Amino acid sequence: MTKLAPVLSAHWDEKDSFTIEAYTRNGGYKASKKALAMDPDAVIQLVKDSGLRGRGGAGFPTGMKWGFIPQGDNKEHYLVVNADESEPGTCKDTPLLLANPHVLIEGCIIASHAIRAKHAFIYIRGEVTHVVRRLNQAIEDAYKAGHLGNGIELVLHVGAGAYICGEETALLDSLEGFRGQPRLRPPFPAIAGLYARPTVVNNVESIASVPAIIENGAEWYQAMGTEKSKGTTLYSLSGHVKNPGQFEAPLGITLREILELSGGIRNGHSLKFWTPGGSSTPLFTAEHLDVPLDYEGVSAAGSMLGTKALQIFDETTCVVRAVLRWTEFYKHESCGKCTPCREGTWWLVQILRDLENGKGTEADLAKLLDLCDNIMGRSFCALGDGATSPITSSIKYFREEYIAHLTLGACPFDPVASTLFEGASK
Amino acid sequence: MTTMQEVEMISLVIDGFEVSVPKGTLVIRAAEKLGIQIPRFCDHPLLDPVGACRQCLVDIEINGRAFPKPQASCTIPVEPGMIVKTQLTSAVAEKAQRGVMELLLVNHPLDCPVCDKGGECPLQNQAMSTGQGETRFEGVKRTFQKPINISSQVLLDRERCVLCARCTRFSEQIASDPFITLNERGALQQVGIYENQPFESYFSGNAVQICPVGALTGASYRFRARPFDLVSTPSACEHCASGCDMRTDVRRGKTLRRLAGDDASVNEEWNCDKGRWAFKYVTALDRLTTPMVRNADGVLVEASWPVALAAAAAGLAANKSAVLVGGRATYEDAYGYSKFARLALGTNDIDFRARLSSDEEREFLAAHVVGSTTTYRDIDLADQVLLVAFEPEEESPIVFLRLNKAFRKRALKVTAIATKLSIGVEKLKGNFIKVAPGAEANALSSQTLTNKSVILVGERAAESAGLLSAVATLAQSSGAKIAWIPRRAGERGALEAGAIGNLLPGGRPVSDAAARVDIAAAWSAQSLPAENGLNATQIIAAVNSGSIGALVVGGVDPLDNAESAQTLAALEKAFVVSLEIAPSAVTARANVVLPVAAVTEKSGSFLNWEGRPRAFDAAVADTHNRSDLRILSMIADEMGRTISLATVTAAAKEIASLGRWDGAKSALNNVSAAATPSLLPDQAIITSWRRLLDLGTLQAGEENLAATSRRTVAVISPKRADSLGVKDGDRLTISTQLGSVTLPALVEEIHDDAVWAPRNSRGSELLSQLGVAHGAVVKVAKA
Amino acid sequence: MAFTDKDLATMDSIIKRYPRSRSAIMPLLHYVQSLDGYVTNEGIELIAKLLELETAEVTAVSTFYTQYKRKPVGDYHVGVCTNTLCAVMGGDAIFAGLKDHLGIENDGVTADGKVSLEHIECNAACDYAPVVMANWEFYDNQTVQSAKDLVDGMRAGNPPAPTRGPNKLGTWKEASAVLAGINDGKANEGLQAGTPTLLGLKLSKEGK
Repeated sequence: MTKLAPVLSAHWDEKDSFTIEAYTRNGGYKASKKALAMDPDAVIQLVKDSGLRGRGGAGFPTGMKWGFIPQGDNKEHYLVVNADESEPGTCKDTPLLLANPHVLIEGCIIASHAIRAKHAFIYIRGEVTHVVRRLNQAIEDAYKAGHLGNGIELVLHVGAGAYICGEETALLDSLEGFRGQPRLRPPFPAIAGLYARPTVVNNVESIASVPAIIENGAEWYQAMGTEKSKGTTLYSLSGHVKNPGQFEAPLGITLREILELSGGIRNGHSLKFWTPGGSSTPLFTAEHLDVPLDYEGVSAAGSMLGTKALQIFDETTCVVRAVLRWTEFYKHESCGKCTPCREGTWWLVQILRDLENGKGTEADLAKLLDLCDNIMGRSFCALGDGATSPITSSIKYFREEYIAHLTLGACPFDPVASTLFEGASK
Repeated sequence: MTTMQEVEMISLVIDGFEVSVPKGTLVIRAAEKLGIQIPRFCDHPLLDPVGACRQCLVDIEINGRAFPKPQASCTIPVEPGMIVKTQLTSAVAEKAQRGVMELLLVNHPLDCPVCDKGGECPLQNQAMSTGQGETRFEGVKRTFQKPINISSQVLLDRERCVLCARCTRFSEQIASDPFITLNERGALQQVGIYENQPFESYFSGNAVQICPVGALTGASYRFRARPFDLVSTPSACEHCASGCDMRTDVRRGKTLRRLAGDDASVNEEWNCDKGRWAFKYVTALDRLTTPMVRNADGVLVEASWPVALAAAAAGLAANKSAVLVGGRATYEDAYGYSKFARLALGTNDIDFRARLSSDEEREFLAAHVVGSTTTYRDIDLADQVLLVAFEPEEESPIVFLRLNKAFRKRALKVTAIATKLSIGVEKLKGNFIKVAPGAEANALSSQTLTNKSVILVGERAAESAGLLSAVATLAQSSGAKIAWIPRRAGERGALEAGAIGNLLPGGRPVSDAAARVDIAAAWSAQSLPAENGLNATQIIAAVNSGSIGALVVGGVDPLDNAESAQTLAALEKAFVVSLEIAPSAVTARANVVLPVAAVTEKSGSFLNWEGRPRAFDAAVADTHNRSDLRILSMIADEMGRTISLATVTAAAKEIASLGRWDGAKSALNNVSAAATPSLLPDQAIITSWRRLLDLGTLQAGEENLAATSRRTVAVISPKRADSLGVKDGDRLTISTQLGSVTLPALVEEIHDDAVWAPRNSRGSELLSQLGVAHGAVVKVAKA
Repeated sequence: MAFTDKDLATMDSIIKRYPRSRSAIMPLLHYVQSLDGYVTNEGIELIAKLLELETAEVTAVSTFYTQYKRKPVGDYHVGVCTNTLCAVMGGDAIFAGLKDHLGIENDGVTADGKVSLEHIECNAACDYAPVVMANWEFYDNQTVQSAKDLVDGMRAGNPPAPTRGPNKLGTWKEASAVLAGINDGKANEGLQAGTPTLLGLKLSKEGK
């Protein structure tokens, strides 16, 4: 039996898959028609029943989130789609939107109807010009076709380079025209989100999953996946593998299975470490090849499913260098609001730079871990927490490698060996 | 009186102690109630919680459910069944706090020895209580260019900043002047301005005061002193009628800085930059130190006190005399002038209104203001506030802050009846009712108010005939409360003290025989003059016509009146006894000059616009300068008509023992509005107000402060600009028969018939240059 | 640069997209970049005026986001991903190679004003690593040599087309207009998906 189950990706191989013609040809905009004829509460119930959980990382049940929106409050409600895909390793929404922007638009129509929103926004990161073009055109075409504009307005909002805007309250501040810094919660967006009105913020993949659920029913969706992680999802394989790419499969597939399907680690090399869901999720090693990649399975193994960004590194990769680079990323992307994240990432980078250069002593590792302890759970939002994940997990699995740097007084790895064009440049 | 019962109380346990606090209280403040100090930086009780610095982390559980990680106690309201463990009882909280402190210090320079904040620095103090002695940081600290001027008055040292965002939140949430913002991101985040727009807020000093480190400093105090060398005295602001509680810090007899005091019912913890940074006048002005008497040759020469007092007494005894006292006298001094006029001079010819005024106003004050009890609290509770001839941000800045608070917190509706839309009203998103200067009264009749509404009426209302009558009518028909808000700190006190021709102390009408008997008895006098006295204008006229021969003048600038030429002539003509702190146009023409103490050198009180006493002690103790009332008392003794006011305390006691008049108030005879003049194409009606920062005498010597004042411009409407062919920035000349001013034009929201210019700013001193300031027809032309 | 009536009309239409005007600040900043090439003071002042904000508030926003530039960039702004995965797989070598080849540092611009260079964070194309972005268009699976060829093409006025993007690489200003939400009619150009994107689907169809 096939391990893969293309639903979102089912028609991506058609040359014109991104056009409204192709989408309609493949049955698009039927689900929204069906949903609009349903009572909004019934739509919410259906999505609840399907077991769909947020694909942005936290895995919160989507239908339940929709159900939090107060009804009959005579206030405007808003739907905001988080398309600010920026977590290192994460590359699922971008290809989805390039290949099929209409499925997101249709999902927006259904979700807006369910939560009684007349206005929806897609907040997309700004560093993807062509994706912006495709989405913008798709929205125009959906307006022309009458799918939008008859009670539901959809606005594309383009970001400008800030990872933190993937955090939902920072995203809302950014969308309101402020610096994208996280807000205090409570109030939660369901009560006071965009413009202080009840707001649902969902990931692209979550919303894009909705039309098929409406079309095929909750039971169909429920039948896929594992006990508490239902349906299919996009796994993004990258790094030192023979064939990187997108793999849509029911939740619960393992990395071993994906590697077997796709051809495995690049020739002559072996798996060293990997991220299950982006750089903010604690690292895994070869011992985790059989961990079911669903919310519970990954969590039980000490990490998080996150965005299912499977970044694979082989034995040529220096883990200290990898972690340093991620830490530099967190320092660059820290919004600056809270002390632990702002100052902590600044300091972490300096310590890690020294360690990568073989400077320091084992006591610095203890200091590094203590510093992580002072950042983790002390920061305003999860960015600070995420910054500590690669550090603490890498020291857990590769302490000797850190010490080897100190013993040698330099990095023991040849950076050329880990490049894709190793050999080509030789 | 049921308000206490209406507040729901919540019980919780902090570090093992139970405490009950009102619902909505934040954990950090519930802990304060128990005397438990949780360290903090970004937290400020008057700013919205932000939870940014993370210094106040504590462990919390609610009904047995523990939060998985420590929580910022400055952002979490108490809940029933909450158990809080602070650094005192939780190892996790203690380590979390120590960890955050270490991170805050990683990039903080060790320049405490040269930092102004050293010795009173929350970071320094909390690093001692919460930090560790040794740093583990071996890296490179973040550096920035050393202090940069974000205005001529405020300097920013970004290296010291802990990014608590108190200053930026103050500017946005309290002052509505978001000229400073957090810029950049992450470790490079910093407070900053837009490069072409300095931090020129009237309230910028508060940002300096609430900075928990030495990142923001005021130019006037920077590098001047160490906190522990200063002697602090609680004081009251003498600049305006808002009534700010203040603290004056003095070293070796010299005021080095003034800070906003904490009075929740008045200024909360704020003040304006004038109150904070305009104090050098005390030393900057060429102070008078010795009495002077005009000799036989007509030259003022120094004299001993006995000689000067004798000369004053003789001159006053020999003439029919009157009293002009400016609006800056303390309540006690004003009482001294009031009693001196009645007992020593036997006259009701006294007026504290050394400014444009009217008899309609005098009657309005006696009928609707004296003894009135409208307060800031009424603004807090108002359903609507109507501004009449009053620009709160310019003329009583704390009233503006209070209005702004109500606007931001509960969308208070503010309506302004004015000729020009002001920056302040714009910030309040006020409903601007545009009227021609002089036509304000007509606009009042269309206002719908309730008995929850408040009418804030400024002293400029006296400049439009019929306006105060219309205010009284509207208040009567709607039940709305009236608050009269003069500009100067002493005017309300002077009114209550009877330093005006129609009132005796305590609001007693001169025209009421029983009221006169009351005071006569208290003063052990046979009787008091029974006729209402002359007003200031009439007094000047009477001098010039010869029916008054002598004047006692205290704290009056003759140029504050429209008829400055007549005033100067009168001062030349009369026998003048001048009580002053510095040489002025009055002392130059006086026969006897008696130096008096400045506010910081004496004790006393002001009554703010609410009528609330604002008492203060001498901040500078070792001068020999005497208060006005002490000197008046000595003159009276010399005249053999004692007023027995040897000390401020004696005056205060006497005022208290007199009590308030509980009889009928005198009536206001309604005045009707003047007809609007018809204009030729080159004519406009002038209007103006004094800006907060201008050429006011008490701002002398404050160049940094003056540099933050608003640009001097002449404002005309787009329609008039079109007809004159004037664009923004072109020069515009406003002229009368007396003279002219030429200013850069600003085209904006103003009545088409009007032209506006600041009343007393550099290049625009309307009363002396044009002789008019409101309601008069002037010529306007492109220069 | 002075703004024309047409520019102002466009800005007005951008503001009208939103229920509350302040939300338009980000597209307006992109739009200013499409006219001026970077966030000019004139742009900040105009946006403040249009949105009834203080200039400091606009500054606060414009300095938060890395895509808003304080000084002119090249006609072609090249971003080399040096986040961990791309860096390890060749991004570091590409970035070093381009710095050397162009003779500029990070955030530098070539003297002819054609090319500017920046190392960027993860751009959501990890299955195409190492990735280079030019005016935020994808150049997938790059090598040091292909990246040098790319910038040489830019300087010669004929850069190769993006791997997944329009048929021809536009300028920085043109890209900024797209990011401001202005449709340039090129959405239908280019691939719908690259090989890695389709890998799972292909395998599935093969019955795997």
